[in-house]
Amino acid sequence: MTFMQKPKVSHSKLPRNELGLSIRDYEGSMSTLCAGCGHDSVTAALIQAIWELSIEPHLIVKMSGIGCSSKTPAYFVEGAHGINAVHGRMPSIATGANAANRNLYYIGISGDGDSLSIGLGQFAHALRRNVNMLYLIENNGVYGLTKGQFSASADVGSKAKKGAVNNQPPIDPILLALTLGAGFVGRGFSGDKDQLVPLIKAGILHNGFALLDVLSPCVTFNDHEDSTKSYAHTRRFDRPAVRTDFVPRKTPIQTVCEGGEAIPVELHDGSTIVLRKVSKDYNPVNRDEAYRYVQEHQKGGEIVTGLLYINEDQQEFHALNDTVSGALRDLPYAELCPGSAILEEIQHLYR
Amino acid sequence: MAKVARDPSHGSLVGERMNTRVNDFVIKIANVNGTGSASANGLLMKAIFRMGIPVVGKNFFPSNIQGLPTWYEIRVSRDGYLARSGEVDIMVAMNAQTYARDLAEMSAGGYLLYDSTWPREAQLARSDITLIGIPLAKLVNEAFTNIRARILMKNICYVGALAALLALELGVLEALLKETFSDKPKLIADNLRAIELGYRYASQHFDCPLPFRLERMNATADCIMADGNTLAALGCVYAGATIGAWYPITPSTSLMDAFKDFCERYRRDPVSGKQHYCIVQAEDELAAIGMVLGAGWNGARAFTPTSGPGLSLMNEFLGFGYYAEIPAVIFDVQRVGPSTGMPTRTQQADLLLAAYASHGDTRHVLLFPANPAECFSMAVTAFDLAERLQTPVIVLSDLDIGMNDWMVQKLNWDDRQTPDRGKVYTSDELRDMQLFHRYTDRDGDGIAYRTLPGTYPTGAYFTRGSGHSARATYTEDATEYQEVLDRLRRKHDYAKKLVPEPTVRRKDGLTTGVISIGSCDAAVLEALDRLACEGIELNYLRVRSFPFSSEVDQFLEQHRQIFVVEQNRDAQLKSLLLLETSADRDQLTSILHYGGMPIDSSFIVRGIRVALAKGEAA
Ligand SMILES: Cc1ncc(C[n+]2csc(CCOP(=O)(O)OP(=O)(O)O)c2C)c(N)n1
Ligand code: SF4
Ligand SMILES: [Mg+2]
Repeated sequence: MTFMQKPKVSHSKLPRNELGLSIRDYEGSMSTLCAGCGHDSVTAALIQAIWELSIEPHLIVKMSGIGCSSKTPAYFVEGAHGINAVHGRMPSIATGANAANRNLYYIGISGDGDSLSIGLGQFAHALRRNVNMLYLIENNGVYGLTKGQFSASADVGSKAKKGAVNNQPPIDPILLALTLGAGFVGRGFSGDKDQLVPLIKAGILHNGFALLDVLSPCVTFNDHEDSTKSYAHTRRFDRPAVRTDFVPRKTPIQTVCEGGEAIPVELHDGSTIVLRKVSKDYNPVNRDEAYRYVQEHQKGGEIVTGLLYINEDQQEFHALNDTVSGALRDLPYAELCPGSAILEEIQHLYR
Repeated sequence: MAKVARDPSHGSLVGERMNTRVNDFVIKIANVNGTGSASANGLLMKAIFRMGIPVVGKNFFPSNIQGLPTWYEIRVSRDGYLARSGEVDIMVAMNAQTYARDLAEMSAGGYLLYDSTWPREAQLARSDITLIGIPLAKLVNEAFTNIRARILMKNICYVGALAALLALELGVLEALLKETFSDKPKLIADNLRAIELGYRYASQHFDCPLPFRLERMNATADCIMADGNTLAALGCVYAGATIGAWYPITPSTSLMDAFKDFCERYRRDPVSGKQHYCIVQAEDELAAIGMVLGAGWNGARAFTPTSGPGLSLMNEFLGFGYYAEIPAVIFDVQRVGPSTGMPTRTQQADLLLAAYASHGDTRHVLLFPANPAECFSMAVTAFDLAERLQTPVIVLSDLDIGMNDWMVQKLNWDDRQTPDRGKVYTSDELRDMQLFHRYTDRDGDGIAYRTLPGTYPTGAYFTRGSGHSARATYTEDATEYQEVLDRLRRKHDYAKKLVPEPTVRRKDGLTTGVISIGSCDAAVLEALDRLACEGIELNYLRVRSFPFSSEVDQFLEQHRQIFVVEQNRDAQLKSLLLLETSADRDQLTSILHYGGMPIDSSFIVRGIRVALAKGEAA
């Protein structure tokens, strides 16, 4: 038996969300990842965030490529459809699925190998098209599932478990996404759930492509000394640039904004995120400044985290394509087929 | 200038020349690409069609934008034969670079029209054909000042000359021009002027019409003239496809262009004006097929048009679609391979790739249209099959069908027709259900029920390309894995009952036959008629789909010797028959055409004649 069902126990005392569901209702099957794998913490943060958002499970669509990270959609929200595509090609599946029905919540889970090595092209193009989805990269600097080869996000000088040193410059998904024009760019750390949960919530509700790069250490192949993607290294160099508070719809935000420099940004559904600058010279609503800040700090070996850039005014995929507001897949056939009279008319042109 | 047709010194075949050939000849026009000849040639063909005479036009163009040789071949056939005959009776030689080969290609007794503005008779010497010199450049340069107009009108001018030489009705030409340029009166005037110039010169200097001539018929009234890509696109519209993803590649590009045009006209929301469709120009074919699968998985009808190189790129995803059981429609408008090959030439060499595209035990459902009308009907069928069978369906057309204008029967549509969306549980059904298992064979036909994202909480399942059980759970267990894999095979076998049946032309008692596929059809039909006139009678089956239905096995059993006619080097259809039917290796003889030009009937006649003669000698 290679599939494990979690025992269903009812926890009557567990807190309920607006839909009356407990957090257990958002879980999936048992993870088969290594004990301590960062990806499992990301899964836990996703469950927490989606539960808190009170989204009906079946309105979520989970998608992934191939890798340890890409296995995780099976481990959260069992009541949602999931699709585990081929390696590096989840973005095209996401684009097509979203094209068919724009009115669901799309969550794509990928790895650094899946998105930055084999799938770099599809990742970049889904971003360009501004497909409305949360795109979460569980970034560990290696290919976990094929046993620890460097991925394209490995830093120069980072050492593999068996001693090889990476000498090629990394592809940084944050800088790349900023360059390509993403309207939502954030970075988190699997070891910091408090920071991650609001980032995920904001990413799900963002109207367009939301990139979340989550440092998620591979305990088995890339958590040793001299690795720049280990727990210890990430903890040591994590430099939150902004703090993100998520304020649900209909909650007055004044109270949250008190004290410190706070930038409230209203999301599509009426919720608000309040960005608090941790660093004075940081501006999360200016793409160029965000880019400069992240790049400068990374040169010094720091890992800048938080909601690094947001712009709620960019047109997402369907707006760019001028499609109807309903789901294309639900359009009645009578509205799609022009019928025999039109066929007759069209054929006059071929006479 | 002498009126050539009266002057025996211009050719030795006076007797043959006098033998008039009404509505039965081939005109070939040699042009330089990028000079606007396409519209002139199209005009000529359409005018013949409008005179009620069966006609077909084939465009032989280079993979280039400007400056290389290009040809357009028009076959006029009162008997309705629509393939190439292998003959050229009238050559319009507009490209001095190709004079030698154009001349060499002509049939004895033919006529060659050339631009006599510059003396080139020496280059065109061949005793058994007649030269018709018309100073086209001179005529148009005197009449038009604009440089571009001079280039374009030279083409229209030869159409005018041909009108006189072939007795093409001027009124038909005029009506066509007025329709085409209804919003550009200046263009109509220019075109009519150029027609007139050519017409007058030809009438004054030659005995018109030539023995090759046109006479009004009534054989095209319920026909249309269209290319396969346009009609495939129309089929997608009528099938209710809402999502198209693609990456440009000759010869499939015009399919998506046409889909877009139709959608702009017929797929806008009447109130908001918003699109009832979504077309994505993907970054490559991997992404295009991924989008189609994503959309199909999520319940929309989606398709992608491509050609060989694109199909090669799609392989991994096609296997995923097969194993995860996701509907998708792929149009492979085949061109010449291997590799980039000859992108603007035709072939049928993707058959084996398509049948088993992707690693592992993968097999696909294929449809083989033989003409543009079948591109329409098979597009509709493809979506029904893809959703009924929950699998990718590949429609294998080719450049000849996809890009050339064919004369086909007018399309019909029954407004009561509704699409077959296959086995999809609704939210109501799910509500009343104890447990939903994605991959169980409830009905015994190998087809499981699926659910769409967002329908109902208990309908959720996880779709994966990794090993899965009938309950859609991950597995590495041999029994669980095989259960699904065996059902997939049963499903593919069951598809034999659903796919379009072959067309069969059969007389009892004959034990020799032909099996062919796709665009070979027209040439085969003509070849069989010609052979029958020689006393060689053969039965004929054209496969229209894969997996092969039982009719194919029957035909194989009924015939001792079968010629398999196809357009590739490696006898791919023959190979597929050997692999997938009871066919015997000795029973099948290949007739293979793979130079990139559409197969012609003479080639098949010769091939069968020679093979039969050899067989008799043995
Ligand atoms: C086409 C293809 N090539 C190679 C593989 C093998 N493969 C599986 S997962 C993987 C790398 C995954 O790395 P990453 O996306 O970083 O995920 P992680 O396991 O690190 O979470 C590779 C190379 C594959 N599945 N498909
Ligand atoms: S190999 Fe690494 S990435 Fe994969 S499950 Fe184990 S710890 Fe996680
Ligand atoms: Mg990785």
